[in-house]
Amino acid sequence: MQDIRKALYVGSRSDGTLIQRPMSPHLQVYRYRLSMVLSISNRITGVIATAGAALGVFWLGAAAKGPKSFATARKVTGNPLGQLVLVGWLASVVYHTVGGIRHLIWDAGYRYDKEELNKDGPVAVGVTAGVSTVLAAALLAVAGCRRSKRAKAGKVS
Amino acid sequence: MNASVPHIEVMRSQLGRARGLGAGHSGVGHWWAERVSAASLLPLSTWFVVQMFRLGGADHAEVVKWGGKPVNATMLAALIITTFYHAQVGLQVIVDDYVHGKAHLPTRLLIKIGTSLMGLLGVFAVIKLVVRSGSGK
Repeated sequence: MQDIRKALYVGSRSDGTLIQRPMSPHLQVYRYRLSMVLSISNRITGVIATAGAALGVFWLGAAAKGPKSFATARKVTGNPLGQLVLVGWLASVVYHTVGGIRHLIWDAGYRYDKEELNKDGPVAVGVTAGVSTVLAAALLAVAGCRRSKRAKAGKVS
Repeated sequence: MNASVPHIEVMRSQLGRARGLGAGHSGVGHWWAERVSAASLLPLSTWFVVQMFRLGGADHAEVVKWGGKPVNATMLAALIITTFYHAQVGLQVIVDDYVHGKAHLPTRLLIKIGTSLMGLLGVFAVIKLVVRSGSGK
């Protein structure tokens, strides 16, 4: 036993055999609530946002290194799979921002009652979906327009 | 103590209560660091999204010209530093919560080193962009 806290989780069955009691919170006993999905989602999207920021730094590094490396980076950002990753990054950042704003509101002492939390949850999901969709569509359209314009002008890359 | 005098029924010195640091002797600073960097990221990331509308589908020369402008370079460096600082503070909480035992310290160090290096790489990329656009290449 490495952790002293684990000693507190040793219980015994009615027949006397020792058993390790489950730790709380053990998710399988809780009824599904939107708030618990939104809570863990804030952490998950935070991790994804960090990974995306690292990719963004690599993009910037490629631009700093020279036209050749930047052409490679553009192959990734212009690829449908790469754009799917970018949209995922965008959506994660948007949700993490919405969740973060909610956290700042809670820290200020507002909207932290049960009814308010349950009311705001679906709003957060709606705002995230709406803002992400609009931003992703607009950004992809702008990038696509610029690319095709350049292709028409006959410039390479 | 006189029962009529109002006092707090907690096994804690008044000095400890006034300092407000709790049993861990720290934590308030970490909490503030997370909130302040989060609030700073709101305008910075909004700026970045707006810039992405200008840069979507841009070629190398356009990106270099954009990154070389002093205001853009400043905002970009501020965004990168704040982002990876916030990531460091946030990921540390996740590691503290989910990684136990012997793996905890190395994972925490890895987070610290990784986010710091990514931030440095970003800042040096910005500096290189500024130099590049200054030399007209």
